[in-house]
Amino acid sequence: MQSGTGLPTRRQLLSAIAAVGGTAALYQAMTSLGHAAETQFTGPPNLTGARKGASVIVLGAGLAGMLAAHELTKAGYKVQILEYQDRAGGRNWSLRGGDTYTELGGATQKVGFAPGNYLNPGPWRIPHHHRTLLHYCKAFGVALEPFIQFNHNTWIHSSTAFGGKPVRFNAAAADFEGNVAELLAKSVNQKALDDAVTPEDRERLLEALKGWGMLDKDYKYASNLRSASHRGYDRPPGGGRSGAPIPSALYDFHDVLDPQVWTSMAFFMGHEMQTTMFQPVGGMDMIGKAFARQVDGLVTYNAKVSKIAQDDRGVAVTYADTQTGKVTVAQADWCVCTIPLGVLNQIETQVTDAMSAAIAAVPYSGQVKIGLEMKRRFWEEDDSIYGGHSFTDQEIALISYPNNNLFGNGPAVLLGAFAREMGAYRLAGMTPEQRLEAALQQGSILHPASYRKEFSNGASVAWSRVPWTLGCCARWTEESRKEHYQTLVTMDRRIVLAGEHASYVGCWMEGALLSSIDAISQLHKRALEA
Amino acid sequence: MTLRLPLALAALAVAVAAPALAQTPAGGDTGGGVVRVAKPVTGQQVYEAVCAACHMADARGGTGAATIPALAANPRLAGAAYPITVVVNGKGAMPSLAGPLDDAQIAAAISYVRTSFGNAYSKPVTAADVARIPHPARGGGH
Repeated sequence: MQSGTGLPTRRQLLSAIAAVGGTAALYQAMTSLGHAAETQFTGPPNLTGARKGASVIVLGAGLAGMLAAHELTKAGYKVQILEYQDRAGGRNWSLRGGDTYTELGGATQKVGFAPGNYLNPGPWRIPHHHRTLLHYCKAFGVALEPFIQFNHNTWIHSSTAFGGKPVRFNAAAADFEGNVAELLAKSVNQKALDDAVTPEDRERLLEALKGWGMLDKDYKYASNLRSASHRGYDRPPGGGRSGAPIPSALYDFHDVLDPQVWTSMAFFMGHEMQTTMFQPVGGMDMIGKAFARQVDGLVTYNAKVSKIAQDDRGVAVTYADTQTGKVTVAQADWCVCTIPLGVLNQIETQVTDAMSAAIAAVPYSGQVKIGLEMKRRFWEEDDSIYGGHSFTDQEIALISYPNNNLFGNGPAVLLGAFAREMGAYRLAGMTPEQRLEAALQQGSILHPASYRKEFSNGASVAWSRVPWTLGCCARWTEESRKEHYQTLVTMDRRIVLAGEHASYVGCWMEGALLSSIDAISQLHKRALEA
Repeated sequence: MTLRLPLALAALAVAVAAPALAQTPAGGDTGGGVVRVAKPVTGQQVYEAVCAACHMADARGGTGAATIPALAANPRLAGAAYPITVVVNGKGAMPSLAGPLDDAQIAAAISYVRTSFGNAYSKPVTAADVARIPHPARGGGH
């Protein structure tokens, strides 16, 4: 649109588009785009010249903690990491056959996946613009492969549309766009937009709507080969005597306007959901393991921190060995604390009242993931679905198909739930066995012929019950950001916080790493000034 | 083309998109789409559908790196104001549930917990009791 068109005209155009049914999609698209922000990564920190003998305690061996330890060690600091678990990586985690996981409340699962299969309970996909993470993956030798984020051939399922039957993403999306294009073209042709758009742009707009919406010569979206080339055919083009394609019937517009359709489409507009995305070859924890190799020998495992004290001379961290009960006080000049806020809030920590208030002010989300091992890749063999996500309005929210070993024989693990909010609470409140039953019941709506028949075994992680985080991700609001964020991320005398919670890239590994870089930059500056 | 959404239209869009659906919160990694979950009504239903996610089916909570407090046999439930305040405002890692739950659901859940799991505080909590506690602005995302 020409800038000379001016704001009122633009607003009228938007209103007109909204009036014909595209409001929500437009809104979603624009807010997503408006909030889009590239990573702020400009390269690894260049910290040098630490004072001889200066020491740092890092709390937490997740990505933020291990990056801090790695870079501070390079800068010349003596670093010790304390970790509550018996493994490094934090939320960067994969469950494989033979693993045992005990959640809060005591329910224990023994994972039965076949060799090579895994569930990533936490992070599972990496946007192409998360440059910090990609930088360190390359630097630390982590092999990445494409994560198939967007697949036109998956299912969209809504309990309130299409008779409750799943429909193909491409068909529903095509019908949404085609109908919106037809209605907007109608508005133009009925001269409803004459005040809003110049005559020249009206022609350009009509041409765009016809091309984008697969409209016919009369600006109608109809069942024909043109719409079928977007939404799919009843009989696709072939060879020989039955080669001629047969178009498919359109869905009812009322069903197409079900919010499950446009929200599934809008999902991919979000900056962080845009392709290309990546995953590590062999499971997400390949990243955590690569980071752990960089800080080999620095980590004390099974360390439960009970007190973080500081005075003019240094920091003192009291921790108990969770295996032996032995209590130790570790001392250092400085501290990088990456403990999730919900846990840190329960630890006696000597920081300012404002910092204490900030730590207490941020609640956590409680997503649930369920991995289901199936005896064969029926989604590939029967449905031509190779990676990507099917969306459903049931508690499980989606089914996501594996991105590796395509066309493989033998068992494969699909993600049978990535639940959030009320759906997650519901699933988290169940026993692991009940969760699997719920996932099978709900997933069977999308894959009725095979889901139960091919099921072999499964595992679930309800983040609200994960013993070392009590939640998945920090949930900031605009209000809490305004009141507490700067306090939380600013070094408090000798202690500085890091982690996804100390970033604007919350819930992503990138945020943990960016916050870690800022934290150690503050620490190093202060250490040199001291 | 850079478009800024006029406020009035933004408000309209929110109003249009506001049926009782759990939509994708802004930011963070999420599953997308909308989720429709059957609305729990009785105190026991709300407890099992929401509270048990953290406080456990037996209301005994759990301890790992930190503790999810037990609601079973908990003397802090003797007065209704404390549990109402915690559920409405959240506490530490626990998010505010005012929004996901309405006042009647919160009242029912608290009444249920105060008369179950070894608690015997029989005076029911009403939606009006919950409404008297100031509710935070609804927020989400990360």
